[in-house]
Amino acid sequence: MTALPDGAPNGGPVANGDLPARLAEVVEEFGALTEPDRLQLLLEFSRELPDLPARLAADRGRMEPVPECQAPVFLAVEVDGGTVHLFFDAPPESPTTRGFAGVLHQGLDGATVEEVLAVPVDVPHRLGLDRAVSPLRLRGMDGMLARIKRQVRRQSGLS
Amino acid sequence: MYAHPERLVTTSWLHDNLGKPGLVVVESDEDVLLYDTGHIPGSVKVDWHTELNDQVTRDYVDPEAFAALMSRKGIARDDTVIIYGDKNNWWAAYALWVFTLFGHPDVRLLDGGRTAWLAEGRPTSTEVPTRPATDYPVVSRSDAPIRAFKDDVLAHLGRPLVDVRSPQEYTGERTHMPDYPDEGALRGGHIPGAASVPWARAAAEDGRFKTRNELAAIYTEEQGLKPDDDIIAYCRIGERSSHTWFVLTHLLGYTRVRNYDGSWTEWGNAVRVPIVKGPERGGTG
Repeated sequence: MTALPDGAPNGGPVANGDLPARLAEVVEEFGALTEPDRLQLLLEFSRELPDLPARLAADRGRMEPVPECQAPVFLAVEVDGGTVHLFFDAPPESPTTRGFAGVLHQGLDGATVEEVLAVPVDVPHRLGLDRAVSPLRLRGMDGMLARIKRQVRRQSGLS
Repeated sequence: MYAHPERLVTTSWLHDNLGKPGLVVVESDEDVLLYDTGHIPGSVKVDWHTELNDQVTRDYVDPEAFAALMSRKGIARDDTVIIYGDKNNWWAAYALWVFTLFGHPDVRLLDGGRTAWLAEGRPTSTEVPTRPATDYPVVSRSDAPIRAFKDDVLAHLGRPLVDVRSPQEYTGERTHMPDYPDEGALRGGHIPGAASVPWARAAAEDGRFKTRNELAAIYTEEQGLKPDDDIIAYCRIGERSSHTWFVLTHLLGYTRVRNYDGSWTEWGNAVRVPIVKGPERGGTG
């Protein structure tokens, strides 16, 4: 990769070969941009986050809250034959949280159980948003990722 | 009628006055992307995290940086600045308080904030205005009248303190807001003697401020705070207590209110400062 995210640990190179292909693409897309453009890209992800399917919209009790986020956000994980499907519910007045959800949806929906469980915990900090969005706000994304992995483990009988 | 009614504008007043020379609208949100989804036409964004805070020291920007920020945003020293934002104007009140540290003469809040503007179907725009740079003077920051540091709070124990956090944070049951991320405090509880008056008690159901009489019933009658009392308000990082600082100072006309912006993320981590757990005030308050 050519441009490194500002958030790279120690300013060193970030290898994204350890990520599922689509998530690696998303991370590199952010890395190729300037900071203001990264925020615009995050906004695009917030707009592209799919609506909840009717079956979940009608049964929000099945969704898990993510208290690490600064906005009310809920997620649901479904594992179907080794493939992971992700669903998010986050309000339009919280575009940053929606953007994080959009990144995870774009990067991980349809990935395999093994791929999701192997995602390194530092991925949210590879987007180069730590300065503009603040590490604190990024904790919401850390929380979503941790909860997704936990649900995948549980639903796959791995814990 | 509030004590300083000129510090608060209504959505309809702002709508009627949009675009007038000498008036600048500033949006200040918790959510860093919200402004870009649509804002009051002509408004500029000021981000509390990247623009008002110093990026190295835990402090606000210095006078040179504030002057440069104002110049870049196209705000002149004699402009009327109207600030609004998300989340009941928390960050808007915080920005107003920081503008006040630099003595910006005419800075006001939009009552009801972003939520009220949108709820009334008033216009928004995604166009980011380009305002000509101004020649904003470098003005020294005057912290003492409205800002308290940890040592000030230690010296203040026994005099009125207002803890504006949630009841669970006050008792020490938790160290951060319900449903909010933990900003890392090692100890839970409150400063000895502090009264628990959650910020939201000052807000009506629609997010606007309660009337002066309703506010006086809470702060003056129920809490026994007098208009010339020396009062320090705090929360977790100083944003919710800016809201209460605004209420006491501008809506009720209290003359000696300071905001302790170090708040619980400093106090709850400091070595050997006194802490009270549970619902009782403790201390000598």
